[in-house]
Amino acid sequence: MSLLRLANLTAAYGPVPALFGVDLEMASGEVLALMGRNGMGKSTTVKTICRMIPSAGELSFNDNDLHSLQSHQVARLGIGLVPEGRRCFRDLTVRENLTAAARSGQWTVKTVGDLFPRLEERAGQRAASLSGGEQQMLAIGRALMTNPKLLIFDEATEGLAPIVRQEIWAAITRIKKDTGVSIILIDKSLKELRQVADRAVILARGKTVWAGSMHDLNAETSAQYIGV
Amino acid sequence: MIVERWINWVTLLAFMVVPLWALVTDEPFTITLATRAAILALAAVGLNIALGIGGLVSLGHAAFFGLGGYAMGILAFHAQNYTPLELGPFTTEGTKSMPVIWLTAIIAAALAGLIIGLLSLRTAGVYFIMITLAFGQMFFYFAISWSAYGGEDGLSIYVRNGFPGLNTLVPIQFFGICFVALCLSLYVHWRLRSSPFGLALNAARQVPQRVETVGLNPYRLKLVAFVISAAITGLAGALFADLNRFVSPAMFSWQLSGELIVLIIIGGVGRLMGPVIGAAIFVALEHWLGGLTDFWHIWLGVILLLIVLFGRGGVVGLLTGKAGPHV
Repeated sequence: MSLLRLANLTAAYGPVPALFGVDLEMASGEVLALMGRNGMGKSTTVKTICRMIPSAGELSFNDNDLHSLQSHQVARLGIGLVPEGRRCFRDLTVRENLTAAARSGQWTVKTVGDLFPRLEERAGQRAASLSGGEQQMLAIGRALMTNPKLLIFDEATEGLAPIVRQEIWAAITRIKKDTGVSIILIDKSLKELRQVADRAVILARGKTVWAGSMHDLNAETSAQYIGV
Repeated sequence: MIVERWINWVTLLAFMVVPLWALVTDEPFTITLATRAAILALAAVGLNIALGIGGLVSLGHAAFFGLGGYAMGILAFHAQNYTPLELGPFTTEGTKSMPVIWLTAIIAAALAGLIIGLLSLRTAGVYFIMITLAFGQMFFYFAISWSAYGGEDGLSIYVRNGFPGLNTLVPIQFFGICFVALCLSLYVHWRLRSSPFGLALNAARQVPQRVETVGLNPYRLKLVAFVISAAITGLAGALFADLNRFVSPAMFSWQLSGELIVLIIIGGVGRLMGPVIGAAIFVALEHWLGGLTDFWHIWLGVILLLIVLFGRGGVVGLLTGKAGPHV
């Protein structure tokens, strides 16, 4: 049974159409790389899943039609988002950021602290005073605190120093290994995606143009649709 | 943080010591001034939950203050005149009991807060300000035309309502009641602010859309905060009416809503003691400067201007050297 299913999904920003037919299906425990060049609809697809923009077509999670739900209800169903640009709650401390999002489950302030010791060290510090990498860790921790069934990373390593990127990828790998949570990854690092993801879906001009196992993604396809 | 904690305790201590000193030196009017400051602080603490934590700039909180006042006025009016108060199928003779009046005031204000909040929280920014202002004015004009309860002239209550075991006509005892109510409201604010609900509300003020992505409904969070805020302000209204033994449509006026916001800005928006310090300064200025000139509001305006321009964390922000979360 599929955990998340998008079929012929269309979406628009007001009068401007952005998605023209996205098809995507993923099973529980799977890690899926959502790929494509800039402006091809990856983040829009994520926003559509999280019900931040209106859409049409099939959009279901755990057999629940997401179209009838609001953004916060989608999150309560078990879809966690690590948004592009981090967007932490700047006036709250690290601990408060995590507590504000907390729901019962295996992820607690302590287990997030184990995953990111840097956050534990800065538990009493305001989010606004953290470095970019630490804010990204906090954004991941905050999403984990909702104890999601599906975790979406939208450009989680963008604009970070290489050493921090390594830490983030290590954390994602550990989340995959330790929890078995389903993951959608949007990222430009093909090398890391190949190591972590099981399957890939490629978007071009707001449509799904390729879907398959990560092993089947050959150089020709990636060069054609991703540019690497 | 430690400095602010000290400021909080010193402020509370000062609020206690001044009336006691006035009692020793036999200056009951100073006790009345302190009582007025405590009640205004209580109303502003209520508003500070919506404004300080939730970022809701309500220009209609006088509606809740007035509702609390009229809850007291109507119940006491019927009790003192021995006339029955008919509420649909129920009939009551009114009451002079403060706890019953407070409960009525809190429930009435909370219900009004729920209805006003349900409608106004669908908007944001300047529209929210305008809708809350409009609701406040609706209550104001209704009170003016409500001739059964004095209309424009208001309603006088001859004897202050009673509290079991206390003589509320003794100024220091009535101050004690108001001070305890203020302390309780501060405790509610403090617990609320650090609770998961308060943190989520604070987060909703900062980035509403991101709050939704972690499964929280910002509308519901703000509505709950607005209702709690209204209830506390309603209680303050009932106490204020008892202090003056008089209620009038002025309790519903938008100027009063504005004054409550001014108190918070002077003290420090979102700060625990911001409304208390703001109310103390306001009442002190009103008394001392008001004795010198009828235009004392000009000086209040100058202070407000200086704080907005140079000390946006209010007095608490200036003393702690930290501007605070709303700058």
